[in-house]
Amino acid sequence: MRLPITAWASITHRASGVFLFAGMAVLLWALDASLASPESFAALQESLTSPWLKLVIWAVLAGLIYHSLAGIKHLIMDLGIGETMAGGILGVRIVVALSVVLIVLAGIWIW
Amino acid sequence: MVTAVTSMGRSGPHDWLMQRVSAVILLAYFLLVGWVLACGVDYGAWKELFAQTWMRVFSMLALVSLGAHAWVGLWSVFTDYFTERMLGAAGNTLRLVAQIVCGITMFTYVVWGIQILWGL
Repeated sequence: MRLPITAWASITHRASGVFLFAGMAVLLWALDASLASPESFAALQESLTSPWLKLVIWAVLAGLIYHSLAGIKHLIMDLGIGETMAGGILGVRIVVALSVVLIVLAGIWIW
Repeated sequence: MVTAVTSMGRSGPHDWLMQRVSAVILLAYFLLVGWVLACGVDYGAWKELFAQTWMRVFSMLALVSLGAHAWVGLWSVFTDYFTERMLGAAGNTLRLVAQIVCGITMFTYVVWGIQILWGL
């Protein structure tokens, strides 16, 4: 499908939102394990050394980073800033660039 | 197709505002938790943080905001794609089922969060 970059950003914002709704189960599970007891905290740290779980956490963080930045862009546009077509395209480019940087940093932090 | 019946506040401006207020609360909460984790915590300090009343209040606020935020967001997605126009008559059934499943999931998240924070 040939769509403007702003449409792709909107679709990705929605998709990441749906993904995060499921991802919250992972975060709640981790919060539960981290607080239940010193043993479960240590067990969680141990399971977080697994590459698969690292990948899951990274995916959830990536969704959270993009969804948050795209959301902040919406709030800025609500204030009447960057509402033109050119402004919208620039906004998406900034969101994507910042997302890539933060997602890479999150990956480095996890590994 | 009557989509307004499952919107959050039965009013567009209401949902629009709730989506933004809950977004700011969630952003603040994730920034705080992310900051604490990035600084590094052991079990004692982590447990101590979540034992504070303000942190429990903030956590519950974030969870309730998550429910509201997800309801408005998923409502927007479902009423765009799971519709009569997109999927025929099955669209309405599918939308209702999807919304019920997501609603039960949100409720579960909130109750689960209460259990995590206050234990048994």
